[in-house]
Amino acid sequence: MSELTREETEALIQEVLEVYPEKARKDRAKHLAVNDQSIEQSKKCITSNRKSLPGVMTVRGCAYAGSKGVVWGPIKDMIHVSHGPIGCGQYSRAGRRNYYVGTTGVDTFGTMNFTSDFQEKDIVFGGDKKLAKLVAEIEQLFPLHKGISVQSECPIGLIGDDIEAVSKKAAKEMNKPIVPVRCEGFRGVSQSLGHHIANDSIRDWVLDKRDGQGFDATPYDVSIIGDYNIGGDAWASRILIEEMGLRVVSQWSGDGTLAEIEKTPKVKLNLLHCYRSMNYISRHMEEKYGIPWLEYNFFGPTKIAESLRAIAAHFDDSIKEGAERVIAKYQPMMDAVIARYKPRLQGKTVMLYVGGLRPRHVIGAYEDLGMQVIGTGYEFAHNDDYDRTIKEMGNATLLYDDATGFELEEFIKRMQPDLVGSGIKEKYVFQKMGIPLRQMHSWDYSGPYHGYDGFAIFARDMDMAISNPCWSKQTPPWKKRPEVPEASELKKVA
Amino acid sequence: MANIMVRKDAAGAYSFYLPKRDLEDAIVSMEFDTSEKWGGEIRLNNGGAYYIEPQALPARFPISLRARRLDAAE
Repeated sequence: MSELTREETEALIQEVLEVYPEKARKDRAKHLAVNDQSIEQSKKCITSNRKSLPGVMTVRGCAYAGSKGVVWGPIKDMIHVSHGPIGCGQYSRAGRRNYYVGTTGVDTFGTMNFTSDFQEKDIVFGGDKKLAKLVAEIEQLFPLHKGISVQSECPIGLIGDDIEAVSKKAAKEMNKPIVPVRCEGFRGVSQSLGHHIANDSIRDWVLDKRDGQGFDATPYDVSIIGDYNIGGDAWASRILIEEMGLRVVSQWSGDGTLAEIEKTPKVKLNLLHCYRSMNYISRHMEEKYGIPWLEYNFFGPTKIAESLRAIAAHFDDSIKEGAERVIAKYQPMMDAVIARYKPRLQGKTVMLYVGGLRPRHVIGAYEDLGMQVIGTGYEFAHNDDYDRTIKEMGNATLLYDDATGFELEEFIKRMQPDLVGSGIKEKYVFQKMGIPLRQMHSWDYSGPYHGYDGFAIFARDMDMAISNPCWSKQTPPWKKRPEVPEASELKKVA
Repeated sequence: MANIMVRKDAAGAYSFYLPKRDLEDAIVSMEFDTSEKWGGEIRLNNGGAYYIEPQALPARFPISLRARRLDAAE
């Protein structure tokens, strides 16, 4: 579909807002905007990180999801106890596909679900004793674990359990770190606060554990923080950093270990991919240890080359040469990928609606393939994410913050993109409409998409989704002619 | 009182960060900016204003400080 003008996009927003009651309309109007690259500050055009309205279908998660799923969960050699009723742990178990190396159940525990399985009596009498018992059992059954984190679910905060006291006492007996995380689901408006709480718990309970200890440093030590590590992203980006001559001391949370987190304050530069979930700890390390941090983007050859050069600029000439060498080495491979897929994808349009910063990261990769992003939005972004997005997006494109189910469906019906990039909750709605959708949370069980190797997979996946012949051959259920029996027949039956 | 963090970028400009609200913004004006006296009333790009107790120029940035809100935007 051809591009909408600014007026048309504004009219579209107005049309969608029409159906809401007045109060809801006023609130939702602040979250929908037409992009204007001339604006310096996002808050002039869009409001974000606000409580979702009751009754609209939001796709946000909770603070527990942010802490357990993103920050703590992937730390593979620790055991993360979902403290509370069983559902939260079970439904968040292994869903994120963060691949790791190790023997699950022996020295790594990434895909396992540990929970205190709260019952009624634990709510009434408190769950502290249960937690103490559980920690002792873990120590006995899994002696090779390196530590435990206690991920609070909602009831813990509501009944006022003192998980800090239990953790401190047990940690002393066990001589391993136990980290209580106050990430009860009701805190904050989305999973974003969970990231922040988890970052703060890393700061308070883990990061300073090796201060003052010796370390064989080199001038080229870096850490990779907040690699997405979906389907192996961590490795696809790590090899590039290593190939240019840097030493990756720590990498977390994807394929990360407790020891790596503890060693992070020894590095020279923190490389931050997932800004939304890990900027807090990077800011802390900048202040306390004087380690600068740098946001980078490893989606698509253009952004990779930009990022590699930006990283190299922090180091001496040998690293700068290394960066150029890496870029030159992979350029023929990238040219081949683009030569193959660009003619098939040229001019196709995409609408994105993903978590905290993924949309702005993948815009460059779609542009490398000749595709155009005509609408984007975040579930749980903050103003600083939109500040960074406005420049990446074209003028007069659509922005939607914490879009509701209705809004997203209406926008996509009207704008008819060739591809939607979103999550599992949106997937089948749009596929039934006949619009291809790739999950951009889990890479649709594919991946990695990071780095040069990942771009080849990304291009193939997008082509597979768009060029699949099935989309034009189906009628969505709501467009099928209803088979309503005639009134006279109904009478006969009665 | 709010905990804030003041950063100084490569160009020497100050920026303001309020962790509680995840608010990051440029500082457009600072009342005192000499080595002996630093701080006072700061104005942000978004229109907000905070007050930092005047003090000697911090030895290094970024630095976490307590600040009083004079006038918040929004």
